[in-house]
Formats: sequence, structure tokens, C-alpha cells
Amino acid sequence: MNMAAAKLDVAVDIEPTVRQAVDDLIVDYAHTIDDGLLESWPDFFTADGRYKIISRENFEEGLTLGIVSCEGQGMMRDRIKALRDANIYEPHTYCHLLGRTTLARTGDDFRARTNFTIIRTMQTGREDRFATGKYLDDIVLEEGRPKLRARTVVLESRRIDILLVIPM
Amino acid sequence: MSVAHETAETNLLEWPAAGSSRVPYSVFSDPALHALEMDRIFRGPTWNYLCLEAEIPNSGDYKTSWIGEIPVIVTRDEDGEIHAMVNRCAHKGALVCLKERGNAKMLTCVYHAWSFDLKGKLRGIAFRNGINGKGGMPSDFDPTKHRLEPLRVARFCGLVFGTFSEDMPPLETYLGDKMSGFIRRNFDRGLKVLGTHSQIIHNNWKMYAENIRDSYHATLLHTFYTTFKVNRLDMDGGIILSDDKWHHISFAKRATLQETEEYEASSVHSTSYESKLEGGQLMDSWDEYDDGITHSIQSIFPNLCLQFTLNSLAIRHFVPRGVDKTELLWFFLGSEDDSEAQTEMRERQANLTGAGGLVSLEDGCINEFVQRGIAGSETAASFLEMGGRQVESSPDARATETSVRGFWEGYRRIMGVAEEIGQ
Repeated sequence: MNMAAAKLDVAVDIEPTVRQAVDDLIVDYAHTIDDGLLESWPDFFTADGRYKIISRENFEEGLTLGIVSCEGQGMMRDRIKALRDANIYEPHTYCHLLGRTTLARTGDDFRARTNFTIIRTMQTGREDRFATGKYLDDIVLEEGRPKLRARTVVLESRRIDILLVIPM
Repeated sequence: MSVAHETAETNLLEWPAAGSSRVPYSVFSDPALHALEMDRIFRGPTWNYLCLEAEIPNSGDYKTSWIGEIPVIVTRDEDGEIHAMVNRCAHKGALVCLKERGNAKMLTCVYHAWSFDLKGKLRGIAFRNGINGKGGMPSDFDPTKHRLEPLRVARFCGLVFGTFSEDMPPLETYLGDKMSGFIRRNFDRGLKVLGTHSQIIHNNWKMYAENIRDSYHATLLHTFYTTFKVNRLDMDGGIILSDDKWHHISFAKRATLQETEEYEASSVHSTSYESKLEGGQLMDSWDEYDDGITHSIQSIFPNLCLQFTLNSLAIRHFVPRGVDKTELLWFFLGSEDDSEAQTEMRERQANLTGAGGLVSLEDGCINEFVQRGIAGSETAASFLEMGGRQVESSPDARATETSVRGFWEGYRRIMGVAEEIGQ
């Protein structure tokens, strides 16, 4: 994946069923997190799927160190186990607002881009716009079903308010 | 002296008689005291971290930073020399550098186009002689009297520091032998920035200064290692204070692992064989030194923290953004001569700290919990007697608050809390 290129060379000839399946994947991913079903989060990825959260500034500079990064579903499950059993933080929830997804083709696979905003609500009722950015996805079809081989979450801001524990 | 400053001094003089083992909560919320700190600490006799030399490698490179809340520019001039100055135009006070990083021959204020060279000297003024002979500066206008406010600069192991104080001793004297020796151990290499981000924490900056010196809380609040049974708990370690108490090093040694055959066979060791991590590669690491120290946190007064945990080398610069808000800037570093595999290990280990750090993300909220907890209790004080009341190094034990007391020892000294009242 070209780390510096976010803008897709949008493909017009993708089968509507594939496009629909990718759209569903991306929306279902957001709803799964918003509903707190975090144990299901790794299932959106291939077994060796990669996940990274990085600031736009670092991304455009070509730096590769993530604020959060996972290689494979094992590291993702560790993240979820940590936030359930180990990490301490004020309870909060996310609500994702997604933009429309654009798709490009790379051989048999696909690249997708979706802009997002995440509203975070704390237990006290305090509600903030927690993050804005774009999902840059590398998607493969496994038995006809789309899976994330890599999701790079590029945040507009380098600043994280308080802490980042729930995956985006 | 302003009324606000007098009030703050009065409050300071009411420091509890038990001294540095008590901290009156008003020091975390009093805006007058916060203003006094800008004068006495950040504009006072301290060396303040500004940036890395690696961030401004070329002539004309500049980067903005802060000393306390004061905006600063750091530049590298045509001769490779590094300069620092307040980012405040000599004309009307606007920021001169808007971009956080860039390269320029001159620094030009956008408001009225006053131009300064990379040393901060005024070199050009728009319409100095007016237009068509009308207007312009008075004939006695002297550009040499209108430069950007300069700072003294010192570099050490790729780190750039600045001070407002004319009569500060050299940086290495300020750090002392123990602190400068440990910085040399960790940072005296070709440094490379691997990634950066920041975190807004909703607490006074001094709470984070306490937090990084507080080794007592580490295994109580941060339970990632215990939950996953990562072999990190029975490590030998200790705390070293600088002679003047306000800087510290907390270190630990992963001694038990060194005897394993696996260690003998490979320079890379993973703890996955005994932890419950599914993605055990997270802990893959290699020994960069043979002194056995695998984890260290070092603080340099007032607001710098240097981290070296496994191979995760990082700078944490915590910058006050008002009395109850702090921006914690993270710089994750590597060596220029790292192999690809080593860079990968450093990048993976960045998961342990930072805003999303598996081990330490709690530090993003715990200080806010204190800030919220002490609201309305300005006359009450915290109690810091773990490890006793003395303020000395603790070379073989970390269940102590000695380095937190060391911070307050230094704070009370520089802020002018009278010794006879404070003791």
C-alpha cells in the first residue's frame, strides 16, 4: 500500500454486489464498535490483517509508527482483552458518522476510502467530537466475503483527547 | 509585583509544615500561581527542552516549541548553529512562525511584514521610509533594538534546550553527572524520529510531573503486564535522584530472562512462551546495552520525560496549556543505523505507551481524576510518605515516593517557598 496516497483512483466497473458487500462491511464495522461488540472487531480482518491508527501529519510524511498498531487478529484480541480486563479509563462509547465509500481495484483486490467522524460520550454525559479522519482499507474477498487485509485510520489531528482505548 | 503575584506568594507560604511530603491542592488550580510559575520556573533558572536536532537538520529549518506557555522558535542558521527566540513579533506581538515546521531564509511576520533573520535579528520593515516620502518610521528608529527575544541554547546528545536566564550554569551542570550520564547512554546516537502524536490531558502540568516520578503506582494502576502474565514483575530496580533532587531516573532490570538458553541462542527474545498474549511479537526486543537495564523513565525538571522501555525510546514533552490542561507531546525515536527488523520492533513496542499505550494509557485519565477529585479542596493536601519522608535515591526499591518528594523539593526551592516555614 502506498502510505502517502489517500485519494483513490476510483473504479467504475466494480460489480454492484461486491460494492454492496464492501459498503456493508464498512458500516457493520462501525456499528459493531459503536454497540460495544468489541470481541467481534478482529473478525472484520483477515487472520494476518493489519490495523494502524496514525496522524495525517505522520502519514503524509511517510512515517509508519502508529499510535495503535496490530499485526494479525491475535494482537487485536489482545487489545480487546486489555481494555476489558487490564486498562482503567472512564467508561465511554463511540458513535461513528461515515461518509460514502469510494472503491478502487488492485488486481483481484480492492482499496476503499471512507471519511468518518467519531462522537465520544462519557458516562457523565460529556460529549465530544473525538476523532475525524479517513479509513484507508485494503480489502480481499474470502469465499466471496470482503475482509480487511489492512485498515489504516488516518486522523486529521495529531492530538488525542485524554486517551485512546476503544479501536476506531 | 502584581497583586496576583503577591496573592500567589501568600498561598505558597502556607505550605504545610511537613514539607515536601505534603502538597497543598491549591498548587494545581490557582491561576495566580500558574502565572508566577511562568516567571519563576519557565522564564527562570531552568534549562527547558525545545526539540531534537534531528527535527531541524538543514540550514534554514525551523520548528516551533514552547517553554511553559511561551511560544518559541528554534532555527538552524546558515552556519549550522541553532538559535531559539520567542515566537512573538517585536512589533505588535503576533506569532512570527505560524507553521510548526518549515525552512526559510527569513522569518517574516504576516501582520506587517517585519522580517527577522534566523538569529532573530530584525532585517527588514515594510514601508520603513513611508510611501512617496510620507509616513514611515521616525528617523531615530534603530532596528538593532527590535529583535525577537532571544534565548540561550544548549545541545546535548541531539536534544536542544533553551533558557531565558542570563546566568544559568551550563546545561550539563544543570543536569548533573548522573542525569547527563544516563541521557548519554540512551540518546548519544544518530536519532531518527519514527512517529509523533500528542495527548490533551485535563490536569495541571505538575500532576504529570509527579506521575512520571511515581513508581509506586506503576503495577497498581497499570495492570497490562500482570493481566497478561508478561514476565516483568520481579525485576530488580531502583530510583536515582539528581543531587538537587528535582530530576530522577527510575530503572528496572529484566534480569531473570538473561539466564535462559533462548537468550544465549538469539539476540532477540520474546516473552510469548510464558505470557498470555496471543500476539506475543508485541514484546519482541533486543538488548541494546549490557548493564541489564531494560526499562527506564527519566525526568528533567521542569517538564521533560525521557522513556526507554525495552527498545521503545521516546521523549515526552508535557506543555502547560492553562492551569488545568496539559499537552503531552510524544516523540518516538530510533537510531539511524537500526535494521529494518529493529525498526519494526520499536514500532510494535510503541503500542505499550503513548495515547493508546497498552501499559500506560491510564496516565491520560488518572491525573484528571485527581484534578476533579480536589475541586473545592484547595486547603487540603496530598500525603506522600511511601518510602519514608526523606528525599534521597533509592537504588534498590521502587515502592517509594522519594522522587515525587524530590520534585516538590525543587519546586519549592525555585518558587521561593521559605525553608524555615516549609520544613
